[in-house]
Amino acid sequence: MTAAVEFQNVTRHFGNVRAVDGVNLAIAEGEFFAMLGPSGSGKTTCLRLISGFEQPSGGAISIFGQDVSNVPPNKRNVNTVFQDYALFPHMTVRDNVAYGLMVKGIGKAERLAKAEEMLGLVKLPGYGDRKPGQLSGGQRQRVALARALVNEPRVLLLDEPLGALDLKLREAMQDELKALQKRLGITFVFVTHDQHEALSMADRLAVFSDGKIAQIGTPEDVYARPQSRFVADFVGSSNVLPPGLTRALGGPAKWASLRPEAVRLSAEGQGRGRVTAIRYLGAGSRVVLDIGGTEVAALVPAGQPLPGEGAEAAIAFDPTALHVMEA
Amino acid sequence: MRDAPAILPDRGLADRISAALWRHPKAFLGLLLALPLLWLGVVYLGSLAALLLQSFYSIDEFSGVVKEEFTLKTYAELFRAQNLDIIVRTLLMSALVTLACAVIAFPIAYFAARYAKGRWKALFYLGVMLPLWSSYLVKVYAWKLILAKEGIVTWAAEGAGMGFFLDAVLALPGVGGNSLSTSPMGTFIVFVYIWLPYMILPMQASLERVPGSMLEAAADLGASGGQTFRTVILPLALPGVIAGSIFTFSLTLGDYIIPQIIGTSARFIGLAVYQLQGTAGNIPLAAAFAVVPIIIMLIYLTIAKRMGAFDAL
Repeated sequence: MTAAVEFQNVTRHFGNVRAVDGVNLAIAEGEFFAMLGPSGSGKTTCLRLISGFEQPSGGAISIFGQDVSNVPPNKRNVNTVFQDYALFPHMTVRDNVAYGLMVKGIGKAERLAKAEEMLGLVKLPGYGDRKPGQLSGGQRQRVALARALVNEPRVLLLDEPLGALDLKLREAMQDELKALQKRLGITFVFVTHDQHEALSMADRLAVFSDGKIAQIGTPEDVYARPQSRFVADFVGSSNVLPPGLTRALGGPAKWASLRPEAVRLSAEGQGRGRVTAIRYLGAGSRVVLDIGGTEVAALVPAGQPLPGEGAEAAIAFDPTALHVMEA
Repeated sequence: MRDAPAILPDRGLADRISAALWRHPKAFLGLLLALPLLWLGVVYLGSLAALLLQSFYSIDEFSGVVKEEFTLKTYAELFRAQNLDIIVRTLLMSALVTLACAVIAFPIAYFAARYAKGRWKALFYLGVMLPLWSSYLVKVYAWKLILAKEGIVTWAAEGAGMGFFLDAVLALPGVGGNSLSTSPMGTFIVFVYIWLPYMILPMQASLERVPGSMLEAAADLGASGGQTFRTVILPLALPGVIAGSIFTFSLTLGDYIIPQIIGTSARFIGLAVYQLQGTAGNIPLAAAFAVVPIIIMLIYLTIAKRMGAFDAL
């Protein structure tokens, strides 16, 4: 099967900066794909390479098997939901949504009907006459989504789509986006720096670091079996153990990751240390121990006894939870 | 830290004044507006009212004395063929100058707003503002030399083998003449040059406020460059274009120096006002002439507002 989006050794330089550095990537049709990484890691540049706002310095990009290296943005059957939504302030919501059809020369009655239908899809029926300035952040986001979907793109790109929304709204939109993607069957590629968002929404994700893909895989894969210290640290605040400590805890002399939720506190155990911080999280508490100079966090479920700050404690865990990494 | 007072001590008169203004925000606003209101309201609007009043007087044709009686006779005089000629000529020139300025200014303003950064931006501002630092008269006389029959334009055109083209332009009825510096074409060129910065700057300011993502969104949705320009850039930049055109249009409407120095000696409104209030001593007609640009600008702004030019403000 041809990939919806394929990167072959793609690089993008800005002067001396290698924003994207030899990326290979294949996004399958109908997939919900996340590009995760800290700011400046190259994830947004990759998205812009797909939409055509950036051109690769090297390598090849194809969309559904067709090389798009020389295709301008307006000729790519790909649409974007922008981070700042980029709604046209001088047009009504309806005209914003119908814009893609208007520039294609589709008749007024047809395009306005289609726009109304799209507004219904994003649960904003009857908002067509308003101006973007009269909408809340969440509503603007929906309009941006409707405007991008009206063209029936083969790939929808979302640039930090939920970044500007508050927590409650963000969670509701995550569910809705996921449901919408399932229903439409369009390939969604979204960029985020929020690991929870990427893990909860994506079918597969790529973790970016310094313009390269550090790891690519399903959320379970990336979360449970990080291939590098960077991934372990970035995706879900894991404990990263140096080789010495790994060996002391019964593993090989290599870097390893250990999830806080896999760590229990006990009177006797493999590692002893002093409690340096306790943070209450609601469903549990995060207890940080200093074990031989390395901070190791344990997630203690609510209801279990907590040690006091400065007290001595030991950690215990199932040996299979210790994940050894190559880098 | 525990011993620090909750209220910090006054440091002097300035602190007490700023505290008093903080407690009385309306007094602060009044203070801010007092001087501009005095200037605008009394001096500026007052003299405008006096001008308006003068235009309703008339002049006694035999004695040349101003009759201080309300009449529309002076306004009726504006519609005499020779006066109407002046108004139409000025209006046409202003419209053409504004159009040319808008067309020339757009790429410059667009470059400055979209692409120029750091050093290039400084160069842009310098390039646009530099001509404003030198005297207006010096620039106009410089242009007279540039456009003269023995000037650099003729010389360059002949050197490039384009002399016939220049001759053809000068032979055009209505716009041509003996040389560029004595033709309406020359007046037009100098007007465009002199007022161009006033079009570039507001245009650039309004283009600056159009986020780049908006243009990307248009392209993303399938718009071609031309469509993006018509449907997104132009509507969003329109307040700047209108602001610029108010400058170029009204400055051309009122100018009385350029048409005196460059071009045929055909009169423009500004020149007519100048001559009527000076040598002719016909203050009422001069006032009536001066009211014409005001009315034209009001009509222009009304049309611009109807077209939605200020919706994006």
